[in-house]
Amino acid sequence: MPPRRRVRRRRNSRLVAIAFVLPALALNLLVIGGPTVSSIGYSFTDWNGITTPEFVGLENWRRLVGDEAFWNAIGNNFVYLLIFLTVPMAMGLVGAFMLSRIRRGAALFRVLYFIPYLLVSVITAQIWRNILDPEFGLASALNDVGIHWLDEVYFFADGRFALYSVAFVDNWHFWGFLVVLFLAAMQGIDAGQYEAARIDGANAWQEFWHIVLPGIRPTLTFALTIVAIGSLLVYDYPFILTGGGPAGATDVASLMVNRTAFLARDAGYGSAIALALSVLSAIFLVLFGFLRRREEEV
Amino acid sequence: MSILATVRDRRRERPVNRPPGGLGRTPVSYSVLVVLGLFAILPVLVLVFNSFKSSLEIGANPLGLPATLDLSNFAAAWRRGNMARGFANTAFLVAGTILGTWLVAGAAAYSLARLNLPGKRKIETYLFVVISLPVQMFIVPLFFLWVKLGLINTLVGLVVIYVALNTPFSVLLLRTFLVGIPKELDEAARLDGANEWQVATRVILPLSWPGFMTVGLVSGLGAYSELLFAVTFLIDVEKMPVATSFFQFSQGYSQLYNLVNAAGVIIVLPLIVLFLLMQRRFIAGLAASGSKG
Repeated sequence: MPPRRRVRRRRNSRLVAIAFVLPALALNLLVIGGPTVSSIGYSFTDWNGITTPEFVGLENWRRLVGDEAFWNAIGNNFVYLLIFLTVPMAMGLVGAFMLSRIRRGAALFRVLYFIPYLLVSVITAQIWRNILDPEFGLASALNDVGIHWLDEVYFFADGRFALYSVAFVDNWHFWGFLVVLFLAAMQGIDAGQYEAARIDGANAWQEFWHIVLPGIRPTLTFALTIVAIGSLLVYDYPFILTGGGPAGATDVASLMVNRTAFLARDAGYGSAIALALSVLSAIFLVLFGFLRRREEEV
Repeated sequence: MSILATVRDRRRERPVNRPPGGLGRTPVSYSVLVVLGLFAILPVLVLVFNSFKSSLEIGANPLGLPATLDLSNFAAAWRRGNMARGFANTAFLVAGTILGTWLVAGAAAYSLARLNLPGKRKIETYLFVVISLPVQMFIVPLFFLWVKLGLINTLVGLVVIYVALNTPFSVLLLRTFLVGIPKELDEAARLDGANEWQVATRVILPLSWPGFMTVGLVSGLGAYSELLFAVTFLIDVEKMPVATSFFQFSQGYSQLYNLVNAAGVIIVLPLIVLFLLMQRRFIAGLAASGSKG
């Protein structure tokens, strides 16, 4: 082949390659990349979504720092985060470890645990709204056997319980996913390690602590990452179950973003809240990424 | 030895490598597992039980088995919740999202894995960054952009968003499938005079379908259940997918417990059946997409 034709063919093949990747990149820039960049810009303006935005400097950020609603929402996000870093992680680890130790019925249990994760969030919410209803749910069933503990307990309407109730429902939906994730990782552990531990006379707890946990560390870090980011950005269950109420008891940052930007048409300030939230989740991502890298070095 | 016999032998071999256990040796494990299993499944059963009861019966017996297997709730929920329309919208969203993601992400992954694309590393890094971006980072300008483009309150507009959201993860997943296919195969096809499109669809696609199935499952499932974008970007109830209109319905008719429960069963049934049919791919796909969802 003469050199010039080869050059043309190379250029041609490059053009084809670019044509194949172009739709994905264009779509991405339109929906994610472009709006992300402009979000940063709008956070310095008084934009209302319609008229030309005016630059207001750091005004939105000053407002954010003094906004009690924002700190309340972020505080709730952190409570949510603490709950999710402990409860579903523990349930997932226990469930997966027990599953890895049995032979008969493991497949059935795995299916049972995974079904809540498949349910659509609006329906999960409906299930628990019914069960925790003070008149028509568990409370009334308990009444029939003479127990009246739950008669006046309004799980979602009482500010003392609402956030924990919402987190409880979200956790019921989510923990089975962690079981399946952890179980897959545990099955990847070399069986010889168990043998060795048993010969040394290790009990179940020692096996869990010295073999299983170190064996699934990358998966553990991955799970911590998605749980942390998911808790900071949580939207569905607070939105469906309580809408952020009562009196802000279950308000979270992403609810506040939508409320501010779309209902109050305060898009500039909404962008600032969203940006603050994103920076926070980026910090967690970097933190866990650092953790993972250190693991790989070890 | 026949292949079947080999498979059977390997099956028989497997338990030996696994840690020992059985009902007799692991009573603690079994009791914990049963408690967790009941915790997971009883609430779902309550939903199913209540979907057969009248409102009156729910009041008298809120958690137990229904007295009769009366199907009238399902018919009434289907009609009053306008679920035919909801499912039509959902079908459009799911089909559009799956097809769009296959097309857009498949082409990009093909280019990244097998074509002479300049700047591959940069594009991959961009995709990784985009995957970690939270929705809140771009939802506000996106909403007003969609207003300006006339895409707000349209199903097409929502499909475009879903495809864009699914693409980065799908590209990276499909790329790993496509990289594994030997280069000699497409070179042979090219020598036979096939063009790039033919190579992609006739040679590569049949060999990488497990990847496409996983991507289709994850993106389709996402479109079926998604709430945040659906409630934000759709305004008319007539346009809402079945899950979102269920939400409206359950807020509006909170007293019609029986109908709400029946509608809920109708909505989750397809998901559970699909899961039982293709468990393995579900679990692999959802684990790979890594969302808290």
